[in-house]
Amino acid sequence: MQPTHSSRRILLPVRNWFIVLTLVLALVLNLVPFGRFPGIPDWVALVLAFWCIHQPLKVGMAAGFMLGLAMDVADASVMGQHALAYVLLAYFAAGWSRRVLWFPLAQQALHVLPMLLGMQLVMLVTRMIAGAEFPGVLWFLSSITATLLWHPITYLLLTPQFQPEDKDVHRPI
Amino acid sequence: MSVVGHAPPPFFKRGPAPLVRLVFFVSLSLVLLVADLRFHTLEWARLAVATAAWPLQRVTGMPIDAAGDFGAYLSRQSTLLKDNEDLRRRQLGTANLLLRQDHLEQENKRLRTLLDMRERQPVEGRIAEILYAARDPFSRRVIIDKGSQHGIAPGNAVVDDIGVIGQVVRVFPLTSEVLLLTDKEQAIPVAVQRNGLRAVLAGAGSGMMELRFLAANAEVQVGDVLVTSGLDGVYLPGLPVAKVTKIDRDSSYSFARIICAPLAGVERHGLALVLGGRSALPPQPEDAPQTPDQPTRGKRVKKKVR
Repeated sequence: MQPTHSSRRILLPVRNWFIVLTLVLALVLNLVPFGRFPGIPDWVALVLAFWCIHQPLKVGMAAGFMLGLAMDVADASVMGQHALAYVLLAYFAAGWSRRVLWFPLAQQALHVLPMLLGMQLVMLVTRMIAGAEFPGVLWFLSSITATLLWHPITYLLLTPQFQPEDKDVHRPI
Repeated sequence: MSVVGHAPPPFFKRGPAPLVRLVFFVSLSLVLLVADLRFHTLEWARLAVATAAWPLQRVTGMPIDAAGDFGAYLSRQSTLLKDNEDLRRRQLGTANLLLRQDHLEQENKRLRTLLDMRERQPVEGRIAEILYAARDPFSRRVIIDKGSQHGIAPGNAVVDDIGVIGQVVRVFPLTSEVLLLTDKEQAIPVAVQRNGLRAVLAGAGSGMMELRFLAANAEVQVGDVLVTSGLDGVYLPGLPVAKVTKIDRDSSYSFARIICAPLAGVERHGLALVLGGRSALPPQPEDAPQTPDQPTRGKRVKKKVR
């Protein structure tokens, strides 16, 4: 694997426990009670989209469903609202992963933005059908914040896979 | 050499196709949505998970609490002095009323017994702290730090020092969820304090409320104070709820559009008082009298005895 398909650096294989750890940490970050403060990103969605794009064979819709159920309980929202949105997000992220990884990071972020906005739209539609109130346009700001965080989070989550660049001159091959 | 109808075995086993998995998980989510929204059958699962996650939630709330405490620590001395002064003045102002309240309650009791009315039941309250607003952006709920271990029950009314805030809707062992008055699903029976006109006040979202189903020529003015009417058997009568801010009397509609603002600090955080439940009201009279053709159970028994 490379960081992007056009990059010449070869990454170490990812460790499974690291994926689980980052997803659990994202869940804990989502539990921090910010109330109705706008612009707080949905960490679980961001990390889930990242792993679905970079490791589509390891993280997929099943993980999205489980995380969605956990978020539904933590958020005191309707059961199945986050599950549905995260499953759709995982499907599109994994489906687009081969295309997205050809682009540099800024353009990758532009691919992630419609995925996250679509996820929020799915949640909005499910709740509005059930008769909830409109949370305001500022609520969509969280997707934009998450998109801006795509660059740092890529480096953060790929850090354990980078290997040193200096060449070993005594290596036989 | 593949036989017709037999696909060659795949090189890499990857389970079902992505589209199949998508349909499976989406339908599972939709089933959950319907089960929760329509039949409310998943409360037990939520209760179990929320109880297990309670320590984690308190830990994650710590940075926010610490930030709030730090902000309070930095508040200037002059503000504190001014607050103290204000509170002392208010206490002097209300002392008069407080001192007379005991006397008035006694007198009220005597008068009520004279009038042979049912005594107003004494209601005990529990002070609770509002921990945080629930993260769900589609509803207006807050979490308080008292739960079923402290005797909180679903349906209890929650008030602050000015008026009604909302109602407890979901109780966990150590915390409970309060649905605020401004939520779209919340309705409260009120009466206009000035003339006793009864109506139903419903949340309208975005921090406002709406007085519903009142005729376009109803006797309501801007500035009227609405108090609970107590007809529902949940809220005590006479608690202040809201103030009328805007009335739109359009004769093309049969109802007036009356917007109200809550009096209590519904969207603010702090301490609140959870009032205990009221005893049940007498049963409502039945709508239609029973037809004499159908014998009741009692009559049938009599016939058998005879």
